[in-house]
Amino acid sequence: MESLLIPPANAEFFGMSLKIFGILIPIIGVSLFVYIMFKRILPLMQAQPDFRTDKIGERIMTFLKVGLGQSRHPRFITAGIIHIVIFVGFLILALNSSNLVIVGFIPGFTLPGLSGAVGGVYIALKNIAATLVLFACIIAMIRRGLFTPKRYKVPEKYGHDHTAEAVFVLIIISVLMITDSLFEAAPIIEHLKTGEAKEIIIPGTITWLFVATLKNASQGALQSLYLISYFIHDLVFFFFLCFLPLGKHFHVITGLLNIFLSKLNKGSIKPVKWGISEEQLDNLESFGVKKITDFTWKHILDFYSCADCGRCSDRCPANRVKRPLSPRFISIKARDYIFNEYPLCGANKNRQDKKGDNMLIGDIFEEDEIWSCTTCGACEAECPILIEYIDKIVDLRRAMVDEGMVPQSLQKPLGALNKRGNPYGKLEKKRSAWIKEKDFAAECEVKTLSAKQNADTLYFVDSITSYDDRMILIAQATSKILNAAQIDFGILGKAEKDSGNEVRRFGEEMLFCELKDQNIEAISASGATSIVTSDPHAFNTLKNEYKDIPKAEHISQLILRQLKQNKLTLSPETTGKTYVYHDPCYLGRHNDIYDAPREAIDAIPSIKRVEMTDNCKDKSFCCGGGGLMLFYEPEEETRMGTIRVQMAKEAGANVIVTACPFCMVNIEDAIKTSGLEGEMEVIDLAELIANHIK
Amino acid sequence: MEILVCVKRAPDTLENEITVNKDGTNIEQEDLVYSVNEWDNYAVEEAIQIRDKVGGSVTVVTVGDEDAEEVLRREMAMGADNGILISDKAFENSDGKGIASILKAEIEKGKYDLILTGAQADDGAGQIGGMLAAMLDLPYASLVNKIDSEDGKLTIGREIEGGAQEINEIELPCVLSIQTGINEPRYVGIRGIRKVASIEIPVRTASDLGLDTNAVGDAGAKVKKLDYFIPETGDGAEMLTGSQEEIADKLIELLKAKGGMK
Amino acid sequence: MNRQLFAYITHQNGVANDSAFELAAAAKKISADTSVTAIVTGKGEGLTKVCEQASSAFAKVWKIEDDAFAYPNAELIRALILKILPEKSVILLAHDTFGMDLGPGLSIKLNASFISDVVNIEGTDGDALKTVRQEYSGQVSTHISCDIADGAVINIRPGAFKPEEASIGGKIEDKSSEAAGIAAKRKYVKTIEAEVGDVDITKSEVLVSIGRGIEDEDNIEIAQELADAIGADVSCSRPIVDAKWLEKSRQVGTSGQTVKPKVYIALGISGSFQHLGGIKGSPFMVAVNKNANAPIFQVADIGITDDLLDFVPVLTEKIEKL
Repeated sequence: MESLLIPPANAEFFGMSLKIFGILIPIIGVSLFVYIMFKRILPLMQAQPDFRTDKIGERIMTFLKVGLGQSRHPRFITAGIIHIVIFVGFLILALNSSNLVIVGFIPGFTLPGLSGAVGGVYIALKNIAATLVLFACIIAMIRRGLFTPKRYKVPEKYGHDHTAEAVFVLIIISVLMITDSLFEAAPIIEHLKTGEAKEIIIPGTITWLFVATLKNASQGALQSLYLISYFIHDLVFFFFLCFLPLGKHFHVITGLLNIFLSKLNKGSIKPVKWGISEEQLDNLESFGVKKITDFTWKHILDFYSCADCGRCSDRCPANRVKRPLSPRFISIKARDYIFNEYPLCGANKNRQDKKGDNMLIGDIFEEDEIWSCTTCGACEAECPILIEYIDKIVDLRRAMVDEGMVPQSLQKPLGALNKRGNPYGKLEKKRSAWIKEKDFAAECEVKTLSAKQNADTLYFVDSITSYDDRMILIAQATSKILNAAQIDFGILGKAEKDSGNEVRRFGEEMLFCELKDQNIEAISASGATSIVTSDPHAFNTLKNEYKDIPKAEHISQLILRQLKQNKLTLSPETTGKTYVYHDPCYLGRHNDIYDAPREAIDAIPSIKRVEMTDNCKDKSFCCGGGGLMLFYEPEEETRMGTIRVQMAKEAGANVIVTACPFCMVNIEDAIKTSGLEGEMEVIDLAELIANHIK
Repeated sequence: MEILVCVKRAPDTLENEITVNKDGTNIEQEDLVYSVNEWDNYAVEEAIQIRDKVGGSVTVVTVGDEDAEEVLRREMAMGADNGILISDKAFENSDGKGIASILKAEIEKGKYDLILTGAQADDGAGQIGGMLAAMLDLPYASLVNKIDSEDGKLTIGREIEGGAQEINEIELPCVLSIQTGINEPRYVGIRGIRKVASIEIPVRTASDLGLDTNAVGDAGAKVKKLDYFIPETGDGAEMLTGSQEEIADKLIELLKAKGGMK
Repeated sequence: MNRQLFAYITHQNGVANDSAFELAAAAKKISADTSVTAIVTGKGEGLTKVCEQASSAFAKVWKIEDDAFAYPNAELIRALILKILPEKSVILLAHDTFGMDLGPGLSIKLNASFISDVVNIEGTDGDALKTVRQEYSGQVSTHISCDIADGAVINIRPGAFKPEEASIGGKIEDKSSEAAGIAAKRKYVKTIEAEVGDVDITKSEVLVSIGRGIEDEDNIEIAQELADAIGADVSCSRPIVDAKWLEKSRQVGTSGQTVKPKVYIALGISGSFQHLGGIKGSPFMVAVNKNANAPIFQVADIGITDDLLDFVPVLTEKIEKL
């Protein structure tokens, strides 16, 4: 349809063709954008390798689900819906916006496929989208500006508030929506006047609103609005494009890519350096992330992609108890540091005199900040664009270990692990002392496996369950279950070393390798064809990080299977207590085992179980951390365990069932310190089941 | 500043269960694991920090068998520049004076501005530093928990009773024995030790040092360990019974006897 | 045999330290019939008083008064002792931070044997002195034989010997003139006292340690009063720190401080593995706990099954009356 208004590409202003602007604005805009992106990509080129092109099928699925499907967003309902509206709107509007740019120098241009009926439907859809986006932007501005939710607050030590930037971008988007619609509305009004209008006008859209309010405007006025709205849109569009890579809205460009390239092998820690095998580690000059380019390129892309939404920190237990760690600011501080080190104009002085190669620890990160992480994974479970934190924390710890910057409280257990294979410095031969306790030994025999004494199943006990007076009860309960299910099993005894799950996560890679190698040797000598453990930390590393050993499973999985095969039968619960299951991080979030323990509990006849609804499964709240974390002395206001016990109490439970010895330590302690002894108790799943074996 | 630190390989009580062997001649050697003596480790860290501030070098030296080399490597991984192993059959069973005279012979071959030792060891007598200083005719301070260096002399803090700190000025060269807590020793992992694994560590024997083998080792020792035994302790608590008053009286007597009352 | 015995006496504010009389007792165990000379150095009025106190336990007291000895600088005192001590003498020192400073070097200069941190003396056989020492924080003991023919410096662990209670009425001899010309390359500057309230429990010899049995923050007073009465410091287990009732620096355990006291009084502490991991050196341990099955009773030397809130005030009152 011929427009009655002069299109921007043909218009003149005081005798000057506006086509020049229609051409210049995109050229300048695109050139500037390419330049900025080049500057942004530079640090990625200097960063460490990272392999992210495997398992394409799984990547596409993740992309569809978490990226296009925005699956993580509804976890925070208000912000989530607003984001989904704007995101979908952008996808729809992108096409029209590109078309509009070309209209600036080719009058009446329509992208192939956008003419005719399809085009009409698309325009209608686009109008709805623009309206919803504008609406969402207004709500977001009100919410962000007037009711600022707590998680957006920036603590003083992390710099200035980010509200201004957020609101500014919302205004820009609104302007785009308004000008887009006005540019659309002006010719429609002219057509209406002449009675030629064939466009579909959806009532309630901004276009509809403009048509309704401007229907009596003169042709001259409409012509002006038509051109003004076009060029404002053109200018703002390219301004926005170039503005995106300057701050938290970079995620508009990098977000989907970041999701496609995300980490797929949960539960394992990245190698010290991608492409370097364990045997070659000795040749590496340096370990871990000391300077910014020691991060992998993907980790730098993570920093760029952080939208500053604060969901990670909102769920971070360390942040909650006021440890000096907020995952959000790990990303934001690193991003700002990169922007500073790689400025858009000129060269950074720091880089020239090599100051930019200084340790990040002590510069933008603090030692305690990095040691405060329990590696629970709550932040990663929450991030809508799958930013990784644990690998970065571990890489920073590796650097500290390499430089000797390890708190004294951790040096002793690390030394003992090196010498004795357990963090307590206990004698190796006492690792299996628990099997010889009189009452237990009379009831249940436990073999110690070796090349001479074999069994089908190896029970990997790990350090705390072997040595701690309280935790050996878990080992004994586990043995009783295996015994009752008539499974031929045994333990490694003094040949077993600490599994090293936390040793690795605390950055002592070489010690982890030694422990792992010794365990692998002992496991293969045992002749076992399957492994079971009652410790999710051991389970995690055996399953995800040990190579060439039989399949490892957690006792909860084994219990469930035995129940289903009727090899175990359970007696009814008679105490009348209310139970709640606490998901250990290394069983749940890191290995997706949420249902087996619940089903096992529910298999006890007439047991009453409740849920900590908002804090269960992948939203579980960490008990305080396991392994070496028990030795670390963080600054904190309260303990995570205390909060967790409170959650259980609020859920109406008297008994917290967990499936991890470290959770047991922390929760048991928290019950005592909260003065809830007698009111609340904690029991391990294995103990609960063993108590109910018929 | 050229700094020498005397270190020793010893079983750490945190990592071992110390018991006496069957015939009471020594502690049970089975299952023992060894480390660098904790106090010595603080001394090495202090030496490294001083060197990093004022320049110079740090040398670690130990008297022991070939296994003692591992503690030298560990301290070199920490940052010490050189290691010297003094090892000779003739040195076995030396008393404190014997060890000090062996170290003295080595020290006189070099030129050191500052000599550090640990204040004590779990299996020692806290004597080497003081003896060495006297043999070398150098000023000495023990239990040092702070060192400030300024031209030609040091200002040092000594840890004395009641948590107080005694500040002294001491001329260089001197010998100091270092108390734990003076610093926070850096961590040394397996990787650090592997990095220095191939560095040659010179071994000195009695003849290298020109020592008379009759003056050191068992032959020269005037102080000898005769045997080891476990100080008497009961098994499990002795439960006090009676009225509160009676129990309190019994307890007071026990506390008096055990030094639990001032 | 004409072996002369000496003891160097330390003192504070005009009062001889307890160790002075312990040295007298230890000297008796070396040779019951040898008269022992005390060496007392210092400056000012208190010195005479100290000498008089020493004269009750020692046959002879050498008094050396000089500005140089206003503060006991081991380097200066070593030089003095070298000057005045007869050849082949045996001299006893307390194994405190001063004795540790003086003893080893002195033995070298005297060409005498040195035994440090002696907890018992079993007697002499000719020139061989048999003593007992401890190693590995007191986990094992050793018998030490020492050749004292050429003299010896023997450091005696404070508190290990029952102080000599006698009134010999020894003679005080002023040897201050011997102080002339003594100099050292180490100069005492000042003493920085520990900050008030900043107790280093790792250095405490006696600890009154509280656990959850204390029940309420206000009840900490009960433990503090007992500690004051017996001259101990108050430490605690982790729950007390978590409740913010005491500072972290007071926590005993694997995640707290490692302590090596002589006496450990555990009040209302169940005795978790983590807590016990922070107690080294096999102290004499007294446990008070309501729960007769508390694991602490397995490791304690003395157990009392009672509520600490009831028992401890009774105990404190009795001690205060002593």
